[in-house]
Amino acid sequence: MSIFVDENTKVIVQGLTGGQGRFHGVRNRDYGTKVVGGVSPKKAGTDVEGIPVFASVADAVTETGATASFVVVPPAGATAAILEAAEAGIEFIVCITEGIPAHDEAKCFNTLKKHFPNTRLLGPNCPGIISPGKCNIGITSGDIALPGGPVGIVSRSGTLTYQALHELTQAGIGQTTCVGIGGDPVPGTNFIDCLEAFEADPETKAVMMIGEIGGSEEERAAEYIKAHMTKPVVSYVAGVTAPPGKKMGHAGAIISGSQGTAQAKMEALSAAGVSVCLNPTEAGSKMVEIVKGL
Amino acid sequence: MDLFEYQGKQYFAQFGIPVSPGGEADTVDEAVAQAEKIGYPVVVKAQVRVGGRGKAGGIKLANNADEVREHAGNILGMDIKGHVVRRVWIELSSDIAKEYYVSFTLDRPNKVYLGMLSAEGGVEIEEVAVTNPDAIIKLAIDPTVGLDLATATKWVADANLDEEAREQAAALIVQLYTCYVDGDCDLAEINPLILTTDGIVRALDAKVTLDSNAAYRHPEWEAWSGTDTEDPREAMAKEKGLTYIGLTGDVGIIANGAGLAMSTLDVVNQVGGEAANFLDIGGGANADVMTAALEVINADPAVKSIFVNIFGGITRVDEVAKGVIEALKRVDLKSPIVLRLDGTNAEEGRALLVDHLNENLVAEPTMLDAARTAVALANGR
Repeated sequence: MSIFVDENTKVIVQGLTGGQGRFHGVRNRDYGTKVVGGVSPKKAGTDVEGIPVFASVADAVTETGATASFVVVPPAGATAAILEAAEAGIEFIVCITEGIPAHDEAKCFNTLKKHFPNTRLLGPNCPGIISPGKCNIGITSGDIALPGGPVGIVSRSGTLTYQALHELTQAGIGQTTCVGIGGDPVPGTNFIDCLEAFEADPETKAVMMIGEIGGSEEERAAEYIKAHMTKPVVSYVAGVTAPPGKKMGHAGAIISGSQGTAQAKMEALSAAGVSVCLNPTEAGSKMVEIVKGL
Repeated sequence: MDLFEYQGKQYFAQFGIPVSPGGEADTVDEAVAQAEKIGYPVVVKAQVRVGGRGKAGGIKLANNADEVREHAGNILGMDIKGHVVRRVWIELSSDIAKEYYVSFTLDRPNKVYLGMLSAEGGVEIEEVAVTNPDAIIKLAIDPTVGLDLATATKWVADANLDEEAREQAAALIVQLYTCYVDGDCDLAEINPLILTTDGIVRALDAKVTLDSNAAYRHPEWEAWSGTDTEDPREAMAKEKGLTYIGLTGDVGIIANGAGLAMSTLDVVNQVGGEAANFLDIGGGANADVMTAALEVINADPAVKSIFVNIFGGITRVDEVAKGVIEALKRVDLKSPIVLRLDGTNAEEGRALLVDHLNENLVAEPTMLDAARTAVALANGR
C-alpha cells in the first residue's frame, strides 16, 4: 500500500499548458500516473501530448472523474487555483509553486480548513508526492525511486527529498510513498499528518523524516512519535551549521533566538527514540541497517 | 526584508498609524537641518537592524542644534553589535507617560495570526515574556475573518491598558493589523507604543519585516531595496536574483534548494572544511542562473574551491551543466570546481560535461565524496 495517492488516483494538472506544467505533467503521465486532464481557461479543447485541456477544474472533474490536482501556477494565481480545485471537489491537491506570499497561504489554508475539511493540500513550495511504481504527482524524478516499500519518507525540503530517495534506492531499499511537505511557513500537510498515515499503512515498516532549521514542526513531530509511533523512524535535520538570524532561502528556514535550531530539533527527536543522523548518507545507511533487521 | 525604524515608520504612516514627526539624515549637517525643521527637543536615533541601540548609546536627546551636532557626530559611524550606523532618524521628543507593546505575526504551529499586546512594553519586554508571561495578552486571529474594532477594544481592556489610552490604542491596533496583512508584513511590531503625558497614543518605534514573496504587488518597496544588506557579496548576488548568504570559510557553495544547500554546508563542515557562503540557485534554474552563481562565488577572494551540489527536480541537470560550461567560457574562474550532479536529466548533464573535465573541473559520484574533494582542494590538496 501507499499513502494519499496510488495507481488508481486520477490527476489533473492546473497550468498544464505552461512550460513547467507541460514538462512535469507529461513526465508524471509517462511515469504511469493517471494524468487525465489539464486546466487552462484560454486553451480549453486543445491537448498537451494527448492530455485533454479543460476550461475549469469543475469541467475536468465532470469529464474525467479526477480526484487529485497538480497545481503548477505562478504565485499570484496559485491560491485561487487551489481553492478552485477544492470547490470542484478535488480531494488531494499538490501545489509546487514557490514564492506565494505568506498571507495568501494563511488565508488559503484556513479557507480549506473551514469550508473544505475533506480536501488535503500538499505544499505549496513542495516537490510533490510519489508512490513508486504507482503515482507521481510533482517534480520528483521518478527514476530515483524504487517501488515495493517498506520505507515511507517525509521531508520538508525538496532537494533533500530526492537525496533521501536516492540514498535508499542506491542501497536497494524501496519506498511505499515519499511525501515532500515543503518549506513554507503554512504547509497544507505537516509531518504529523504523514507520520500518522505511515503508522496506519501496513506496508510501511519504517519512516525516514527529513527536517530543517526553523519553526517547531520537528519538535511537534517528536512529541507525536513518542506518543503514537510504533514503527522505527530515522531522521536528519539540515542546517546544523546555519548561522542564527539568517533566512536560508526558505521562508521557513530561519533560526530566531534560541528557537528552531537543528540542535534543539535533533535533541527532541532523539528523546523520542528516533535515530538521528548527521547527514543524508548516514541516514540512508542507518535505514538500510534497520530494514535488514526487520 | 527587515526595514529600518525610519522605513517602518514611513510604512506605518501610509496605513494611518500615528508616529512622531521626523526625518532621516546621513550627515551631521542634514541632522541639524532636520532638527531645525522639526523643532526641539528632538531624539537622534541610530538606524541599525539590531536591538539594544539605546543601551549602546545610539539614541540621544538633543535640546538644540549644538547637541544635535554632537550626538549625530558620535552616532554616525558608530558600531553597534557589528552594524555600522550610516543613517540617523531625527524625531520630535515625546513626553512618555506609559509604554505598551503590540505586535502581529504568524503563529506557525496553529497556522493563524498571533497578536500580542502588553501594558508593560519597553526595553524589557523580552524579560516580561519570561518572568511575567501573563502580562502579554495573546490573541489568535483567523486570517479569513480578520480583526475588527470591537475585538480590538475588548483586547486593550483585557491587556489592562490605561483607560485614557484605550480608544486610541484600539484604533491604532486595527490600523497596525491592516498594515500587517495588506502591507504583507511577516512581522509588524511596535515597542514601545506610547501614551504621552498629554494623552496621545503613538508608535515610538517600528519593527517591520516584509514578506519578499509579496514584492510583486508592492512597487513602493522598490525604494527600500538595496538598503537591506551590508555584505558586498550579498548585494552582488541579490542584483543577480540569487539567494546568497556570506559566511566565513573558503569552500564556495552552489546548490539547488534551501535544504540541500544547508545540508551541503553541514557536510562540508563534517569533513573538516568551512563554507564561504550559502547559495541556493532555486528551483528551475537555467544556464544563465548557474553562470551568475559562479560569477558571484568567483568574486569572493576568500574562496579556494567551489562545490556545486545539484540534485535535479524541477531544475534540469543538463541546464546546470550548460551553465557550468558557459561560465567556464565567460568567467575567468580562480578556483577549481567540484561537481556532484544527480536527478532530472542527470545523464544528459554528465554527458555534456565529460569532455570538459580536468584538474580544475572535477566530478564526484556522491555528496560526501564531493565535499571531501572540495575541502582537500581548498586546503591545497
